[in-house]
Amino acid sequence: MAPHAHITFTVNGEPAEVAFAPYKTLLEVLREDLNLPGTKHGCELGECGACAVLLDGQAVLSCLVLGVDCDDRDVTTVEGLASDGRLHPLQDAFADLGAAQCGYCTPAFLVTAKALLDEHRHPTRHQIREALSGVLCRCTGYQQIFEAVEAAVATTDSRLATSDARSRR
Amino acid sequence: MKVIGIPRRRVDGRAKVTGQTRFADDVVLPRMLHCKLLRSTVPHARIVRIDASRARAHPGVRLVLTGADFPIPYGILPVSQDEHALAIDRVRFVGDPVAAVIARDELTAFEALDLIAVDYEPLRTFSSPDDSLAHDTPRIHDYGDAGNIHKLVSLRFGDVQAALSAADHVFEDTFFYEGNTHLPIEQHAAVAAKDPDGKLVLWSSTQTPHYVHRALAKALAMPAAHVRVIATPNGGGFGGKSDPFNHEVVVCKAALLLDRPVKICLTREEVFYCHRGRHPVLMRFETGVKRDGTITGMRVQTVLDGGAYGSYGVASTFYTGALQTVTYHIPTYEFRGCRVFTNKPPCGPKRGHGTPQSRFGQEIQLDKIAERLALDPADLRLRIVEQPETLTANYLHVGTIGLAECIRRVTHAAQWSEQFRKLPAGRGVGLACSSYLSGAGLPIYWNDMPHSGVQLKLDRSGGVTAFCGATEIGQGSDDVLVACVAEVLGIDPNDIRAVTGDTDLTPVDLGSYSSRVTLMMGNAAIQAAERARDLLADAVSKKLSVPKDRLVFAERRVFDTEDPAVGVSFSEAVCLAEAMFGTLGTTGSYTPPRSAARFKGGGVGPSPTYSYTAAIVEVDVDQSTGWIHVPRVWIAHDIGRSLNPTLVRGQVEGSVYMALGEALMEEQTFRRLPSKLSHALVHKFPSMLEYKSPTTLDMPEVFTELVENPDPRGPFGAKEVGQGPLLPVMPAVANAIYDAVGVRIDEVPITPEKVLRALDAKAAGKPARVGPTRFPAVPWPAALEVPPPWEGGDGTAIDKVKSEKGKVKSAETEVVRP
Repeated sequence: MAPHAHITFTVNGEPAEVAFAPYKTLLEVLREDLNLPGTKHGCELGECGACAVLLDGQAVLSCLVLGVDCDDRDVTTVEGLASDGRLHPLQDAFADLGAAQCGYCTPAFLVTAKALLDEHRHPTRHQIREALSGVLCRCTGYQQIFEAVEAAVATTDSRLATSDARSRR
Repeated sequence: MKVIGIPRRRVDGRAKVTGQTRFADDVVLPRMLHCKLLRSTVPHARIVRIDASRARAHPGVRLVLTGADFPIPYGILPVSQDEHALAIDRVRFVGDPVAAVIARDELTAFEALDLIAVDYEPLRTFSSPDDSLAHDTPRIHDYGDAGNIHKLVSLRFGDVQAALSAADHVFEDTFFYEGNTHLPIEQHAAVAAKDPDGKLVLWSSTQTPHYVHRALAKALAMPAAHVRVIATPNGGGFGGKSDPFNHEVVVCKAALLLDRPVKICLTREEVFYCHRGRHPVLMRFETGVKRDGTITGMRVQTVLDGGAYGSYGVASTFYTGALQTVTYHIPTYEFRGCRVFTNKPPCGPKRGHGTPQSRFGQEIQLDKIAERLALDPADLRLRIVEQPETLTANYLHVGTIGLAECIRRVTHAAQWSEQFRKLPAGRGVGLACSSYLSGAGLPIYWNDMPHSGVQLKLDRSGGVTAFCGATEIGQGSDDVLVACVAEVLGIDPNDIRAVTGDTDLTPVDLGSYSSRVTLMMGNAAIQAAERARDLLADAVSKKLSVPKDRLVFAERRVFDTEDPAVGVSFSEAVCLAEAMFGTLGTTGSYTPPRSAARFKGGGVGPSPTYSYTAAIVEVDVDQSTGWIHVPRVWIAHDIGRSLNPTLVRGQVEGSVYMALGEALMEEQTFRRLPSKLSHALVHKFPSMLEYKSPTTLDMPEVFTELVENPDPRGPFGAKEVGQGPLLPVMPAVANAIYDAVGVRIDEVPITPEKVLRALDAKAAGKPARVGPTRFPAVPWPAALEVPPPWEGGDGTAIDKVKSEKGKVKSAETEVVRP
């Protein structure tokens, strides 16, 4: 089947142009056509949350979004979280604190947590639970995930404090 | 200790948080084709005809395979070689694979499945153990102990009947544990290819590459040396990826025939059909106790609904009766187990393998015993905890036991004595305990070879590569491997590269099951590292003229303990040793100690040592809706020694999570389609939406305590943690509900509906209980009599014929209590 859908959009901060079969979901376009396998799938029915990505800054399930609906939009996957050769504070905290066991749901938790922190810099434990409730993890029991999100908040605060102090100097 | 015992980022942590861990479905190869399986739509039938001609003619289809292409059976246990990659002439459950299509893409393969016509001649469907016990024919399999009974076990250790008669109280309780499934977030996936040499390579999300390797060689009739199995990191396993699977055999055959890579990724629905999950178990416990709570004897009977194939089922059956004695002292013990075949997806090993079901019954019954004897449940358990370094009635050698300390820690942390039976109506706390294997003492196929092997390659750069067949399923086995080597050699874990789970590159490790990897691989890794350290020490000793026993390996240096300034860097030490000995490489192996059990069936249960856990669960029960909320769980685990506390805590909390799912909501159940349709027995809800599992909002706060009392049998004293902490949580929930609202729910899942039903019964003056009341008639065979150690037994069964002639004395030896 010759591809005949074609979109241009922003993926992880870079312009991307891709042609694909029109039935494909954003999940499939990312994994199969853009060589970004970091985004995972656990059901392809919108039930497990493992395929979450950020679409224009909002966490969405990429298995429920058609690729053709992403023209001109902005997508962030786990591959786009690190910048300037440095891991995002969420990534460091997840790795350090045991929030990733098998690691299969981790990309989804990371981007969903990023969406939360972009909106609320200091979420409560309950807000964290609420925000992450659409992603299932079978390994961790979630507790180390909550702790990692809270640790990332603290790291971000101290990084900001340091850069504030520098700019005041 | 510089590495062991210190909370640390796992060595594969960065890969996991950057999305770079390469799972099976992330393997993409040039010219790769895609495979889909056609699965049976009927639960039990003869296949009369398969017509795949239209599928073969469909554009884009490269190959269609059917059962005729797979004449050789396979299965995980040597005694249950009852699976074919595709059904030959019979289907045994809805979801049993019948045909495979290999096409240019997944969608084309899917479309072509609809073009395959299969004519079935329906056979009687067996939907429950009652069905299978009542009807011998048609047989689901042409093997097994009788009719549709797969396995019957009957073992007796001492005179249980006399012990029950001598007891002050005899408790008889029946419990039911519903089946549930692993639900790993990663769907099983596999890619097979012919490598450039013409040999077969399989990448697969498997927990047991070694056993898959053996099964492929058998089922494809190939020399094992021409088959390579690479276990990709599993996106969760929990036991569900421990069997050799149909789809693995199919893609291998297809890749060989087509000389092109072939991939399959199962749908979520198919993962429910693969199953191999928790057996539904109906069980009866008869326990005799003295007034002080001492157990005089116990008889346990279990009936397991096995589903359509053998899988690990024979082992699962024994496990329902194996570990009762490891936790508490039980001087006489009898176990009868029965596994039946039914027309449902096959059950197998799920976290805790066969033991959570009977642990549920045992710990609820102890709660009932404590109440009748007016004893605190914690005190009762402290009185009867098994002694360390003993041989149990059923010949399991128990190592260190930290259970009493676990009980003290959780009761202290939860302020048990101020809470138990003292909280307002609707709120309650419950306690339960458990134990689990640190690795099965025997391999799945009998042999005298090591269970785990490690090879080290030492590099002039100062780097070390550790090779081991162990499989990373998220539990952190790569990290354990690296940590053990780093500690011995005094280098940083990140200086070491782990190469694991590859049957071509790595020495055999039997796989990630039975909580065996940390203990077995860890010991092998320490041995290999100590041998390497020895070589380096020889060379450095000569160079520095410092006696070997004064050399210390730490901080990437080898130096004189009396004058730390005198030393060389680790990489210099490697160069010196390479100059002295030539190319450097060492190996280590681990073989468990021989079991004391020498009777038939004694192969299931032995372990080098056992872990222990105690848990207290707090519940809030809404008496108008039956809704159960779990706000807090306290859990203490006897780990021996914690190698990386961050990962250990994750295993404990993850176990609590999975246990709460089993206790409160998860169930793998089935229903009949309406008669006007096919009346087929189908999975009630093969989707993650309907199969409820706990979310972030359901998870309580968990307070974890680690009891560290190093066991000399474990690497640096470590015991297991991956499975044991799951076991006490389900009965602790049930016991907490009784404390909260005074009703006994003697089965899982404990749903609001059942709580309401029990509350209604209580209000009506009927027994305040929901749970099974009857136990089916099972044609138990005569028990194999094995006198316990304190009756002069030597681990062998009494030969009835000989003992009648008075030639064997073991049964007549004077009874000696320990």
